[in-house]
Amino acid sequence: MSARTRTARRRAAPATGGARQAGPVTYVALSLTVLLSVFPLYWMVVIATRGNAAIAQRPPAVLPGTNFADNLSETLQNPQANFALGLLNSAIVASITAVSVVLFCSLAGFALAKLQFTGRNVITLGVVLTMMVPVQLAVIPMLIMMDTLDWRGQLQAVIVPFMVTGFGVFMMRQYALQGVPTELIESARVDGCSMTRTFFSVVLPALRPAMAVLGLLTFMQNWNEFIWPIAVLGPDNPTVQVSINQLNQGYVSDFSLMFTGATLATAPLLLVFVVFGRHLIGGIMEGAIKG
Amino acid sequence: MRVRNRGAAPDDGNAPPARGASAPPPDPDRAARRSRLWSQLDLKLSPYLFVSPYFLLFGVFGLFPVLFTFWISLHDWGLLAGKQEFVGLDNYAFLLGDEKFWNALANTLGIFFLAIVPQLMLALLLADTLNRSIRLRGFFRVGIIIPYVTSIAAMAIIFGQLFGREFGLINYGLETLGMGGIDWQNNRLASWTAIAVMIDWRWLGFNTLIYLAAMQAIPRDMFEAAAIDGASRLRQFFQITVPMVRPTIMFTVIISTIGQMQLFTEPVIFGQGYGGGTQGQFQTVAMLMFEEAMGAQNFGYGSAIAWVIFLLIVVFALVNVLSVGRIRSAN
Repeated sequence: MSARTRTARRRAAPATGGARQAGPVTYVALSLTVLLSVFPLYWMVVIATRGNAAIAQRPPAVLPGTNFADNLSETLQNPQANFALGLLNSAIVASITAVSVVLFCSLAGFALAKLQFTGRNVITLGVVLTMMVPVQLAVIPMLIMMDTLDWRGQLQAVIVPFMVTGFGVFMMRQYALQGVPTELIESARVDGCSMTRTFFSVVLPALRPAMAVLGLLTFMQNWNEFIWPIAVLGPDNPTVQVSINQLNQGYVSDFSLMFTGATLATAPLLLVFVVFGRHLIGGIMEGAIKG
Repeated sequence: MRVRNRGAAPDDGNAPPARGASAPPPDPDRAARRSRLWSQLDLKLSPYLFVSPYFLLFGVFGLFPVLFTFWISLHDWGLLAGKQEFVGLDNYAFLLGDEKFWNALANTLGIFFLAIVPQLMLALLLADTLNRSIRLRGFFRVGIIIPYVTSIAAMAIIFGQLFGREFGLINYGLETLGMGGIDWQNNRLASWTAIAVMIDWRWLGFNTLIYLAAMQAIPRDMFEAAAIDGASRLRQFFQITVPMVRPTIMFTVIISTIGQMQLFTEPVIFGQGYGGGTQGQFQTVAMLMFEEAMGAQNFGYGSAIAWVIFLLIVVFALVNVLSVGRIRSAN
């Protein structure tokens, strides 16, 4: 950057309240970061809308082509990948886990934040500690358990273990501490509401913003889950991530198909993000402050 | 609430417990006592009922498997053969002498440092930038967090091609600039770099937002006072911003540690298998665990590796927590 702008900014600094004002360098740096963030996704779409040869083209193709419809039908019909089933399965798995996580974590989070009972602090600490246990540590016994239950290759194997998360309980607790007025709960009790009824008619409505964020995050996480589905489901009854991996397994890889698969798997989340992005960002940031 | 009470008062003569004592219907005491008992029971039991789904599911699918993993690691255990014999700590002893384990550990730590140190430093700088008064703030925030929605599988396929040896876009760029292309898969440091780039691409925005949240809690007038005293922006960054968000930095370090010690999917798709390249040049500890457990059906040894991963995480977390404590007490 030129010395002129720098001195100009320094001279202006005391008047505008310090160096909190952004200069052109800032905008260039930020734009570059955004460009680097978005480019791989853009590149994914470019290849998905072209033929297989585009990946090796010199100079590289930079604009989307017209082949998307062909690639799409070929991807969906690929016998190895089972893509349509994968998409359906992922939608089912991600929806059920999201609803269940939101419900169970709200219940537990509310109890830990607002109800008095013996062992509350110990249980809260326990929840925090369980967040540190790595999932992979459990993979081998989980596989043995799934064999015992005869759940191998079935969707409940990727749903039931994830119906509640420590992160979710903690997040809802943090939110309920401030977001649910104690007087509201007390007056519902005085009116003769049972605890369960109080929860559903008074607490849940108050928790709604946090529930939306947790639901979206859970949906994204389970939609994107890769290791466990590949270990326990396999290619016959895949989630969409397993399907993508199947496209990558052949001896001769068709890159435009792989990129079409990746686009298919990413598009729903991008859509969700475009619609709810601001809330998600707010949720992530809020979780960070309180966590 | 008050409105509802006033409206309800005239017509529900005997239902609520509070009113039962004063109401005249037959056997009022018993009804009141019973409803009070119910209310008490409800108050006592509900909290446990509410937290029970979490503990039930966590117990079955979290705690039990972790303990079971340790049990398995003490045995010679295969998928088909099942439990064979108790071998004590033999699996762990074997691990200490296993070259593949040390190789995998070196890879895991190497990729960790290559990925996390630049990522967190960049995230700090970016967050500091976004914390200034800028136009298009929302656009920039969304722009940097977008990679976070991409699945690891999709990302690894894209980057696998970007880092291709012959047709990859990155090598094309290098060659255009007059440098030689790099064999990203077969060169050890290059493969670590490629994987680190994937990790950083996906997580940079996430960590930036976390830092940004922490920075927004810093009172503005601290910066203003420093600026009036003539502190440069760089100096403000190092003497105000960084110290004020230090707890958050520790938080992200711990979270990243937990994630990175389990690093698996990116290198698996990058190398299309658990082997981590022809020479295992980018095989991580988690990949070795899967190779032993899924490939060789050696559950006992795989479980021992899993527990070592867990111990590594605990040690890292403890070191971090202790150093935070030291920083706090030093202040």
